[in-house]
Amino acid sequence: MRPFLSIVTFMALIALGFWAYRENYATQAALKEVDQLQQEIQSLREALSVQRAEWAYLNRPDRLRDLAAANFDRLGLMPMEPTQFGTAAAVAYPRPPMPDVSLTFDVQGTTAPPDLQDQ
Amino acid sequence: MRVPLRPLARILQARQDGLNPDLIERDNLRKRHEDMQDRSRGHNQWRLKAMCLTFTLAFAAIGTRMSILAATVPVEPRASVQGAEIIAQRADITDRNGRLLATNMTTHALYAHPREMVDPKGTAARLAEIFPDLDAAALERRFTDGRSFVWIRKILSPEQMQLVHEIGDPGLLFGPREMRLYPNGTLAAHVLGGSSFGAEGVHSAEVIGVAGIEKALDARLRDPAQSAAPLTLSLDLSIQATVEEVLAAGMTMLNAKGAAAILMDARTGEILSLASLPTFDPNDRPAPLVDKDAEPGDSPLFNRAVQGVYELGSTFKIFAVAQALELGLVSPDTMVDANAPMVWGKHKIKEFDNKNYGPLLSVTDIIAKSSNVGTAHIALMIGPLRQQAFLKSLGFFEPTPVELIEAPGAKPLIPKKWPEIVTITTSYGHGMAASPLHLAAAYAAIANGGVMVQPTLLKRDGPTTGVRVMTEETARASVDMLRRVVVEGTASLGEVPGYEVAGKTGTADKPKASGGYYEDKVVNTFAAVFPASNPQYVLIVTLDEPLDTTMSEDRRTAGWTAVPVAAEIIRRVAPLMGLRPKLEPPAPDAVTAASN
Repeated sequence: MRPFLSIVTFMALIALGFWAYRENYATQAALKEVDQLQQEIQSLREALSVQRAEWAYLNRPDRLRDLAAANFDRLGLMPMEPTQFGTAAAVAYPRPPMPDVSLTFDVQGTTAPPDLQDQ
Repeated sequence: MRVPLRPLARILQARQDGLNPDLIERDNLRKRHEDMQDRSRGHNQWRLKAMCLTFTLAFAAIGTRMSILAATVPVEPRASVQGAEIIAQRADITDRNGRLLATNMTTHALYAHPREMVDPKGTAARLAEIFPDLDAAALERRFTDGRSFVWIRKILSPEQMQLVHEIGDPGLLFGPREMRLYPNGTLAAHVLGGSSFGAEGVHSAEVIGVAGIEKALDARLRDPAQSAAPLTLSLDLSIQATVEEVLAAGMTMLNAKGAAAILMDARTGEILSLASLPTFDPNDRPAPLVDKDAEPGDSPLFNRAVQGVYELGSTFKIFAVAQALELGLVSPDTMVDANAPMVWGKHKIKEFDNKNYGPLLSVTDIIAKSSNVGTAHIALMIGPLRQQAFLKSLGFFEPTPVELIEAPGAKPLIPKKWPEIVTITTSYGHGMAASPLHLAAAYAAIANGGVMVQPTLLKRDGPTTGVRVMTEETARASVDMLRRVVVEGTASLGEVPGYEVAGKTGTADKPKASGGYYEDKVVNTFAAVFPASNPQYVLIVTLDEPLDTTMSEDRRTAGWTAVPVAAEIIRRVAPLMGLRPKLEPPAPDAVTAASN
């Protein structure tokens, strides 16, 4: 019995040693990966802040004003004016939906005179 | 094995020899005690040794750990998740809609270890090629005089860094730097101020604010707990840009030396735009003036809106009238003596251009026509003590509480004594000087129904509660009178269709440094409130030494200079704030009866 127990204990010791060795290396690998990821996050954050700064720089009012003036032919952008406010009354009601023209209808009746057709 | 005390053999022998057998017993007893002592001593000695060992090991362990801790370089905890909290060492600054006004950028500093240099002479020459402001000879001297460390540049652009890399000398080294960047250039320069490096090391340098809100709120901006949350200002980028554009155009057209404008929300005290011209680029802050004779206003760093303490002229008249209304001394229709010139002791109070609006003028017309004499009579009704108390309650005796480092230094200039002649001159804005921001805060109280608001550059969530300085009726009547100024008085050029501008002009002669006033140098101010039927915004426009030369005669009054500039600002800015012009209602689509 005794030698058997000793052998089992010794085997268990070897197994635990092997497990601890593997865990140690797995932990170190994971820490290395965390380091790399954090470096990547840091560099991406830096890139993000640079791009935010660049976005703000490219959208600075001076530049937009000059661009609007330079491209006036195409865009026709003007500073906002008080006269550009509309009233709700000036907005037209949506037209009633037109019947689908792809379908054919049998129509009976008289033809309206041309000047009423637009209404 | 226990030894008997009286071993029979020895006793018998002793008895035979006639000796005392008790001696044998005593001898044996002594030996037994000695044995016991020896054993006990050995035992105790072992225990002492064990204790010593334990303590030595414990102290050694603690000592080793301490020295390891002391000797290791600090590292970030690697296993913990690094959140978004710490990104930059200084928080961003944004406008009220979250658009960037100041941010950080990573860049590099250049330094050298001359002892590790391969070719100091060639390196110095090539560095001087890359950076034309460096002197090759001086640099070479610093590289070769035996020192071990030299700073070369605080900030490098990526292109410059690449060029330095291409020199390839091992003695040239880069240190990471975080640099403050103001992407909008000169926009809102006086609010932002600027920043520079504080304590510098090879691995990092602290960025500190040197002026404006960067310095005033330096602790907040550098607080690591709040570095992820940008500081949100009350400014609006589009409005600020528009105000600066119009103001700069006005300043050029009117040949003014400087100009300032403040646009403030009268309900909350939030400053939507604060402009001062001439301006500067906070990315490259100019050096302050060193010439002793130069006025502070000559430097572009001078913030005219906050630091510029001027006599604000007739814009003050509304305060005298509002107080008289509040005290029940007059009503808007009361006729007041306005016979010019008015003689008070050895002083003579005149109107502009030696006019005479008298003999009697209604209170409304005193404001509309800007009558000095009429205001003086009203001020005399109020008296010096009550006048001082009222101006104090409007904040004219203290620096403004706005979040700029320059603000506490800009104290209003108050006459030391307050005789009746000072009461008279103060009522029309002479003899006492305050900044345009003081004026904005006081006009905001009138526009806000008589309740003071604290001017602020930080975004507020809602209306604030303040001290009531006049009744709502007085405030209403004052705004109505200010509206008359634009409709039929001195500020007729200030009318903007649909926005019901109300306001008061002010033209003050500039005081000479040697005493007295300049004949031909004025500060023109227009203080406006709009829209008059429901006042929401206050606009102050100040022009320093303007001159309108568009007509045959030169004009220097505010009605011809500051007022049209302010009107253009309102016309451009009000739509940006979503303020709808109040126009005549369009004719309804109705059937009109027509006969044929």
